[in-house]
Amino acid sequence: MAMDAAMIERLIKESLPDAKVSIEDLRGDGDHYAAHVVSAAFRGKTRVQQHQMVYQALRGRMGNELHALALQTGAPED
Amino acid sequence: MDITVHERIRQEVADNPVVLYMKGSPVFPQCGFSAAVVQILSHLGVKFKGIDVLADPGIRQGIKEFSSWPTIPQLYVKGEFIGGCDIIREMYETGELQQVLEQKGVPVRV
Repeated sequence: MAMDAAMIERLIKESLPDAKVSIEDLRGDGDHYAAHVVSAAFRGKTRVQQHQMVYQALRGRMGNELHALALQTGAPED
Repeated sequence: MDITVHERIRQEVADNPVVLYMKGSPVFPQCGFSAAVVQILSHLGVKFKGIDVLADPGIRQGIKEFSSWPTIPQLYVKGEFIGGCDIIREMYETGELQQVLEQKGVPVRV
């Protein structure tokens, strides 16, 4: 049960087209990732809401195929 | 979602000021992410109730639906979902977690 980084990035960008996404495969096993996502859509949202938006973009894969995704989110600075 | 599971969770987070849904127990966490949150809470001297989702498949699934949050651990303070491991860690590092706890009337050891 693994997912490649390009797939994660594609799914996030489908939901958040302006997002800048950087993904790191923490253990090189295709199962433990860290993602940093910056999108204007996050502006005014709490961290919980921002992460929920990313989880929604991943459409149920988080917690299933995707075991571990450490998330950092934020809005772009002006 | 199963209405009784939903109701049990609602009751649990209403009855206890700080609740952590986790894998394993606070003494023997069975997952690194759960262990990390336990460590932060313990470090802050926060009393919390740990609920082992591995012991109850209904709760394990139900808690994800309850908060629209797909992963465990999940921290609740005064009935409000505060976050999972990444958020709690980030909030702890910025001092925001301590603030939120104090604002909600939960004593924190400084």
